[in-house]
Amino acid sequence: MSSIKIRTKRLDGKTQIRILIAHPMENGRNKDKQTGEVIPAHFIKELTVKHNDNFIISSDLGGSISKDPYFAFLLNGGAEGDKIQVSWEDNLGNTDTAEASIV
Amino acid sequence: MNCNRRTFIQQALVAGLQTGIFGGSLLATQTAQATWLAEDFTPGPLSATLKHLYNDAAITQSEAITLKLPRIAENGAVVPITVSTTLAKVSDIAIFVTKNPTPLSGKFKLSPDLEPVVSARIKMAETSEVLAIVTSEGKLYKAFQEVKVTIGGCGG
Repeated sequence: MSSIKIRTKRLDGKTQIRILIAHPMENGRNKDKQTGEVIPAHFIKELTVKHNDNFIISSDLGGSISKDPYFAFLLNGGAEGDKIQVSWEDNLGNTDTAEASIV
Repeated sequence: MNCNRRTFIQQALVAGLQTGIFGGSLLATQTAQATWLAEDFTPGPLSATLKHLYNDAAITQSEAITLKLPRIAENGAVVPITVSTTLAKVSDIAIFVTKNPTPLSGKFKLSPDLEPVVSARIKMAETSEVLAIVTSEGKLYKAFQEVKVTIGGCGG
């Protein structure tokens, strides 16, 4: 089960790409309410989006992106069946990749 | 002589292959562009982050940047934001929260195929200004808006 959900929607020759990732995005400042211990930082550092194997977005993120981050971008063009590939890497070295076709 | 020649050719082939591989990986990192730097996300005042990122370059305030975000956020843990602009040739959009311990929230490098629109959800520790900096044709433009936070998002 991938942590990434990708939704695309074509609007007037443009394609909206919406990305939802399941991730705790802990910034390392919060305390566990029960134990009072600091929860170690665990957040996505890099997010990249490819459109038919071309990089269209590469972003550096910090711990101040909300839990289960959501992003939306607008691609100029984009045809039915084009591949959108999203991948992320977090500060603990975990990665995930998902691919979807534009509908 | 023959033997030497053979080993020489073999070594040359191996060397060629290696440079090919390394050259390839170098190119790959260049296209990937995202090189996450811890310094960008160092906790500290906004001015220090801006200085590090943009090296004291002039940042013009621009009406061409639209920030869509609530004036009052009930929950600072999830503040939806949309940055859009009518500026041409936008290569980079960055989002900052002035009073967060780490001011930089995210930095997005956009290819020319993309419309300059970025939506995300950010955390805000307290009532603060949210700043967006757009790089267009190598020049920097900014816009900001204050968001009142009734419950902080970073204090737990």
